[in-house]
Amino acid sequence: MDLDFSPEDLAFREEVRTFIAENYPKELRGKQDEGDELSKEDFLSWHKVLHKKGWVAPAWPVEYGGTGWSVTQRFIWSEETARADCIRLMPFGLTMVGPVIYTFGTPEQKARFLPRILSGEDWWCQGYSEPGAGSDLANLRTRAVREGDHYVINGQKTWTTMAQHADWGFFLCRTDPDAKAQEGISFILVDMKTPGIEVRPIITLGGEHEVNEVFLDNVRVPVENRVFEENKGWTCAKFLLAHERVGIAGVAASKRGIERIRQIAATELDGEKSLLANPFFRRKVAELEMDLTALEFTELRTLAGEAAGKGPGPESSVLKIKGSEIQQRLTELTLEMAGHYGAPYFRGFGEGDNEHPIGPGGWANRAAPTYFNTRKTTIYGGSNEIQRNIIAKMVLGL
Amino acid sequence: MDLSYTETQDMLRDTLARFLADTYDFETRKKMLASPEGRDPGIWRALSAELGLTGAAFAEEHGGLGGGAIENMIMMEELGKVIAIEPWLQTVVIGGGALKAVGGAHADAYIPQIISGDAVFAFAYAEPQGRYDLANIATTAKTDGAGYVLNGHKAVVYAAPWATHLLVTARTGGARADRGGVELFLVDAKAKGITRRDYPTVDGFRASEVYFENVSVPGDALLPGGIELIEQLADEAAVALCAEASGVARKLLEGTVEYTKQRKQFGQPIGKFQALQHRMADMLVEAEQIQSMTLMGTLRLGLPGDERKAAVSLAKAKVARSIKFVGQSAVQTHGGIGITMELAIGHYFKRATMIESQFGSADHHLARYEALTLPA
Repeated sequence: MDLDFSPEDLAFREEVRTFIAENYPKELRGKQDEGDELSKEDFLSWHKVLHKKGWVAPAWPVEYGGTGWSVTQRFIWSEETARADCIRLMPFGLTMVGPVIYTFGTPEQKARFLPRILSGEDWWCQGYSEPGAGSDLANLRTRAVREGDHYVINGQKTWTTMAQHADWGFFLCRTDPDAKAQEGISFILVDMKTPGIEVRPIITLGGEHEVNEVFLDNVRVPVENRVFEENKGWTCAKFLLAHERVGIAGVAASKRGIERIRQIAATELDGEKSLLANPFFRRKVAELEMDLTALEFTELRTLAGEAAGKGPGPESSVLKIKGSEIQQRLTELTLEMAGHYGAPYFRGFGEGDNEHPIGPGGWANRAAPTYFNTRKTTIYGGSNEIQRNIIAKMVLGL
Repeated sequence: MDLSYTETQDMLRDTLARFLADTYDFETRKKMLASPEGRDPGIWRALSAELGLTGAAFAEEHGGLGGGAIENMIMMEELGKVIAIEPWLQTVVIGGGALKAVGGAHADAYIPQIISGDAVFAFAYAEPQGRYDLANIATTAKTDGAGYVLNGHKAVVYAAPWATHLLVTARTGGARADRGGVELFLVDAKAKGITRRDYPTVDGFRASEVYFENVSVPGDALLPGGIELIEQLADEAAVALCAEASGVARKLLEGTVEYTKQRKQFGQPIGKFQALQHRMADMLVEAEQIQSMTLMGTLRLGLPGDERKAAVSLAKAKVARSIKFVGQSAVQTHGGIGITMELAIGHYFKRATMIESQFGSADHHLARYEALTLPA
């Protein structure tokens, strides 16, 4: 047992570093530095570069387009992309529906959808939550009624992230209204251009248009778009959530976040000294690094278990709980660093907005919106309270 | 990077776990604690001479199995699961660690005695005024011909009543808290001029206040390495305690979950109540963090000085916080029975509470981490 990188691993790290330096889209980098809102094309630009290289889906099995990397290589990859401030790829295709399709889909579904997820041709969104089915997801009401070789779907989904850009959506629909809650649900792939679909924006506290409501009014979907058996969609839903929770920990990105806090706090003044010299602030940085290190090694243990053939199980709830809490603490500390300059608001003046940051830098003006937005991490992907229910039931047998 | 155990390591864990399961049940442990010596020397003999487990972390040339820090971690985890009161930390981890670090004639002479079970060590490093500062040493070692003369008072020396040898920190020069001038001495526990006041500890061990009055030791009693060596030993001990905490935490959680499945209130097992379920889920989360930090600290023990210290401090600080949470939650979930001597859970809680501060509290280690890694 050791933490050393082999010469091959070090060579791989060099290869990754060089690749990112030479191929990360320059325009995207510029927009990130300025704190500009990213368009669909911006998100896809990095995705497409990675697809061309064959690195867009490291975790997928090789036969479907994965890289076959070792745990160490995957670790290096996430470290290096975070270190270079690369944007996170949209997870809906790559880490959510993709694994469901290659695990439960028919050969036709695999051939039809997987290559387009990898290439970025299809942008996916997730139709899970409903106004009456949040934490109680199995209480969902959206109905899919079989009519010949089609389902006719009626209902409403909400919190649908980036649905405004989506070409396809994966929807949980009730196909048997008489069955018990978790039975009678089917996992259905829907072309978002189908007549009867309406996407309406929900604006969150930072002013972002990130999530949407999706209304489905007599939307006709071919039966062949159902993944796995009819009424057995909960199996796919649970599988997807367990997969989602592992990546949700965001260890490498949080490490980069702490590094940024250290840099800023070392130069921001607090009286005569740096903010980092303030004993209360220092202690919070140290505690955050402590908890993040614990999370990092928990993730490494999980990955090592996965490499030894143990799939991500309910233990991934631990990663979700700790990872999301740490992400929130990072944004709290950043807002604290901003001090007075947490208040100026960048949006809302229309075209041009505030072209120059007010105060110590754009990071300060973005601190509060980011803090507000990041409250979502303990709510989404199954709220942290739901994760505790999962641990109690599935791990502790209570 | 490789986080898997070897077959030998799995086997060692199984051997120790099986032996402890047979010998260390709650009632037997209780009898041991109440006996005049406070332990059963037969168990130590079995662990060493009979099973050879004390040799796991020593080189083959000394009769060991060729392991190191990972073997120490495995063993301490298992000992934690039964809240063993064996002098393993003091003898194998600290005593053995010192001998491995200095090597030479000392290692050749004493490591085989540790493996055979003949030598038991205690680490006399703490002093009444020093708290967790290893350099705050008032005990003196004055040169006397080729040797030294020790004078001073060492506080709460775990396992001292059982020890054949003491590792003693003393000052050959410098002021009270100077890092320079602090040295480590290997002293025969029966040397003339040593007196002890022995007592039981709240977590079931035996310990002593140890007084040195003109204790003459030969020149080669000084193990070269100074404060850096002492800090290394304390770091190795801190990580071993993390491993012990990992075993203790698992049992606290397991015992609590079991209890809530049996205990009924309001007409149902209390484990059905969400308030308790969430507390136990959080106990699991923290037990996982303890295990992760134990692994992190163990794998980074070999790093150069400051990197090692930073890693160990993060590990010990986190483990101190988490084991406190797990222990207090176990007692709270049990209710009144948790604060009695009747169930094992309370005894695990007592050990957990002592682990928190031994070899440095969370505050001590966070401060050390900050000093090492955050520019002021």
